[in-house]
Amino acid sequence: MENRFPQTYEVIELCLLAGKIMLQCGAETYRVEDTMSRIAASFGIPQSHSYVTPTGIIFSIDGTEPAKFMRISERTTDLYKVTLVNGVSRKLSSGEMTLEQALIRLKEIQDADFTFPIYQQIIAASISSGCFLMMFLGQWSDFIPAVIAGGLGFVCFVYIHQILKVRFFSEFVASLVIGLIAFLFVKIGVGTQLDKIIIGSVMPLVPGLLITNAVRDLMAGHLVSGLSKGADAFLTACAIGTGIAVVVAFY
Amino acid sequence: MIVHLITSFIASAAFGILFNAPKKSLLKCGFVGMAGWFVYIFLVNKEFDAVVASLVAAFVIAVISQIFARMYKTPIIIFSVAGIIPLVPGGLAYDAMRHFVVNDYNGAIQLAAKAFMISGAIAVGLVISEVLYQLFMKIKFKQPKKAN
Repeated sequence: MENRFPQTYEVIELCLLAGKIMLQCGAETYRVEDTMSRIAASFGIPQSHSYVTPTGIIFSIDGTEPAKFMRISERTTDLYKVTLVNGVSRKLSSGEMTLEQALIRLKEIQDADFTFPIYQQIIAASISSGCFLMMFLGQWSDFIPAVIAGGLGFVCFVYIHQILKVRFFSEFVASLVIGLIAFLFVKIGVGTQLDKIIIGSVMPLVPGLLITNAVRDLMAGHLVSGLSKGADAFLTACAIGTGIAVVVAFY
Repeated sequence: MIVHLITSFIASAAFGILFNAPKKSLLKCGFVGMAGWFVYIFLVNKEFDAVVASLVAAFVIAVISQIFARMYKTPIIIFSVAGIIPLVPGGLAYDAMRHFVVNDYNGAIQLAAKAFMISGAIAVGLVISEVLYQLFMKIKFKQPKKAN
């Protein structure tokens, strides 16, 4: 057996690494499974089985090789890495890349940091808050308060998350801050519609990606990952809602 | 209407930055978001229900995203996520929460059910487009075989 598939071990490692990166960066479950079986197929292994959940991957190739498992602890959203891994799997399928090249490339992708600089992310969050305000039929006079509240809320989210690593709590504090700032602006007379300002500023925190991924996973038959992603999205929504509710309750 | 188009474009592109979409695709993300929001607002102004409007808008977003994903050989999720964000019923969920806090449970449940319906409609819109796409591909790939 060992002689017939000298590379089998490396192929499993490659598939798992690709799957791990994609899952950590917020790809859909079916895409992760599809990519792993495509990579395996490109090395002449048509029968591979994978079981992907948001917290771990089990991957096995038919035969005597044991199944391998990989734990996923931290999940973020980094669509650029998903694109890169997708590109690697395409090149493997078309035979442009060898096994060794692919392994090196994937390790590079895993270690690299492609995210936009933090100040650009903050600016993006602020501006999108303002834009959402206008899309939800707000007034131009509330534009600046929404920009400031959304920006500061996002800053809170990012920095508290770095310290605590508890998503629920950082989202709670961020929405609390947004609520307080919006309330303050309305109180001193700069803003007029408290509701619109809060809704606009909260949008950068809303788990839109999770909700859509959860439902698509469910529809595709990945029941376990669909439900757990749904639970994740529900927790996030609750955290945001609670933060805002605290402010509204006092208001 | 122009204000809506511009702001939805910017908001979707900004979300592309937050989700770290590839730099080249940011403008396309913005375009997808703008198209989806345009459909949504157009239907809502024609006095369609928000649920129906969300479904149609999500379908349009998914179709455009499929086309972009094919054209630029990137995963579809990049475009569809940025486009979906404006449709997410954040405002309704907020209103529901507000009613919960002041002990108006009847109003809160109604609003929450509406928000749930809209998120379901978005998902169904996405799925319908995906199913249609797969059907389309199957028919397209079967034809040459029949000719042989």
